[in-house]
Amino acid sequence: MKQLSQRLFGPLTLTAMGVNLVLGLWIVPPDKVQGELARLVYIHPSVAWVALYVSFGTAAISSALYLWKRTRSVVMDRVAHCAMEVSVVFIALTLITGSIWGRPAWGVWWVWDARLTSSAILGVLALGYLALRRANDDPQLRARRSAVFGVLIAINVPIIHFSVQWWKTLHQGATVFTSNRTLLIHGIQAWTLLISFIAFTMLFFWILRYRYRLEVLRENIAGASLEEALSARRREGAQS
Amino acid sequence: MIRTALLVCAKDLRIEMRSRVLLWQVLPFGVMALLLCGIALGPARAGNSSAGPGLFYLVTLLVALLMINRSQSVEKTPGTKASVATLGLDPAGVFLGKSLALASELWVTGVILLAGSVLVLHTSLHGAILALPSVIVTLAALAVAGTLYGALTSGGDGAATLLPVLALPAFAPLLIAGERSFSAALHHGGIWRWWLILSVALVVYSAIGILLYGVLEES
Amino acid sequence: MTNAVTPTVDLRSAVVLSGGFPLLSGVDLQLLPGSLTVITGVNGAGKTSLLRLLAGLVALSDGNGTVAGIDLKNGDLRELRRRVGWLGHEGSFYDDLTVRENLTFAAKALDRPLIEIERALQRVGLSNRIDTVTKKLSAGQRRRLALSWLLIRRPEIWLLDEPYASLDDEARTFFDALIADVVRSGATVVLSAHDKLRSEALQPRTIVLGGGRIVSES
Repeated sequence: MKQLSQRLFGPLTLTAMGVNLVLGLWIVPPDKVQGELARLVYIHPSVAWVALYVSFGTAAISSALYLWKRTRSVVMDRVAHCAMEVSVVFIALTLITGSIWGRPAWGVWWVWDARLTSSAILGVLALGYLALRRANDDPQLRARRSAVFGVLIAINVPIIHFSVQWWKTLHQGATVFTSNRTLLIHGIQAWTLLISFIAFTMLFFWILRYRYRLEVLRENIAGASLEEALSARRREGAQS
Repeated sequence: MIRTALLVCAKDLRIEMRSRVLLWQVLPFGVMALLLCGIALGPARAGNSSAGPGLFYLVTLLVALLMINRSQSVEKTPGTKASVATLGLDPAGVFLGKSLALASELWVTGVILLAGSVLVLHTSLHGAILALPSVIVTLAALAVAGTLYGALTSGGDGAATLLPVLALPAFAPLLIAGERSFSAALHHGGIWRWWLILSVALVVYSAIGILLYGVLEES
Repeated sequence: MTNAVTPTVDLRSAVVLSGGFPLLSGVDLQLLPGSLTVITGVNGAGKTSLLRLLAGLVALSDGNGTVAGIDLKNGDLRELRRRVGWLGHEGSFYDDLTVRENLTFAAKALDRPLIEIERALQRVGLSNRIDTVTKKLSAGQRRRLALSWLLIRRPEIWLLDEPYASLDDEARTFFDALIADVVRSGATVVLSAHDKLRSEALQPRTIVLGGGRIVSES
């Protein structure tokens, strides 16, 4: 059963992505104000949702579970690492799609908008996480430091978000809900948006799964060379 | 924990008093950076720009990075690390002690740079005095966060270059809150939001440091 | 009923890795209280790594081990570090503090009476340098300073990494007498050296390391 769901996950993800593209690009009518440009709403918000909530959330939870002694395991470290790596890709996509949308809307590629600025800052933090991993060779030390930084990133998300938001905001207001939780868009637009969120979330977990597998394979190769190093070290001892 | 904190803080400050790295290396760098800010603004705006508070904090951040690296490097020689580790000091106390020492050094630096920005960037003296409480809290938050990030990067490959990559994004909210509250002091604006961000950052970083510094110190 | 003495150090197939490279690759070692052990071997044989493992300064990657009754895998390594005395060959104090300030910091950290500082300095012959900044001490004087600290602490396990480096003959004799005293008092002493010990005062067990393993023992 588990194997079947694993096998189906890929095709299901691709189907969801396909449905999202067809609905978003062809079926949904263009917006009255923004025209064809508004079709980015079926990509940009869901990519940002994956980048800043799903992937950061996954990395933060697995980092916290690594730090808690009862749940500390190499699996948590791997998940945090892989999720953060995927999040860098999604943050880059968020910034790129945001800029593409912003150029006709605001007239420039970059504006000092709150969400854009905070996404860029969080993107640098995610890159910092990967840099921190590269800077530490010892696997245990690397896992501990990365886990602490993973938790720090999660704490920084609201602090950066509010500080930048209070600093300045230009970004388009809430797209789906008003401040009192009334739905702003209806019918096929709302459904397409919902599908886009589901499709990109599935895409994230699909990529994460493959990245995780790749990491396990990489560690296996490193493990094999460790065995080799251990026996070489022993031979070295026998000779001296 | 408090006892260890005071012991470590006194030790770090004594090392600073004797080595004078702050006086002879960090402060001249800060003053030069302030002058460069004035030059970057251009002759017409160097003395009458509203960018004074922001530039003051920018320079303070750069200076803080140097001081964080220095604060960690005194523990980093292999011998010192081993001997301090064999003292079995409470990591939470070490974290608080190092943060307190760093905060004290940043306060001294902050006051000098504040005077510098009044002098060379023509920031209002009255406004600078009014902004002093928020400067003190901002620098305390910077010290606590900096100690944590310093420990996170110490000893790894390229620690000195890794620190800015990790710490600067996290310092951005502190820079915003500090600059805004400073500007508010100059122009009598509302500051509660910025105090909220500063207080949350101070409390959260202190709590995380107390809980997790031990994890970072294990080798 | 047996009356066996519990070993202070008990390592079984101990492996220590650093960045994927094995520093120790399967060490079995038992040491009793009141014993003196010398670890020798060429550079990179694993001498310092073994001492650091016993001090709780590096983690045990594989195998099992207890030191002073504390499990190296799941035990409280901070408590272990408090119970061992470590003398590294790098010299182990803050360079910008004076001898007195360094020892006061360490004594306060471990709740030791400050009066013992002067007594210990006298014993290692460093009383006249008490207010000297540590970075101005010679290598031999730094070694004496580190020893004075161990005298104040009186740990149950002494781990001395290359203690004879930079010591002249007079200092060596003094050092041997001091170690003999410590062993007599019931402490376990482990020291690393390049060659076998040629000392009349000490009759140690010698372990030769090679490639991160014990090669021979005498």
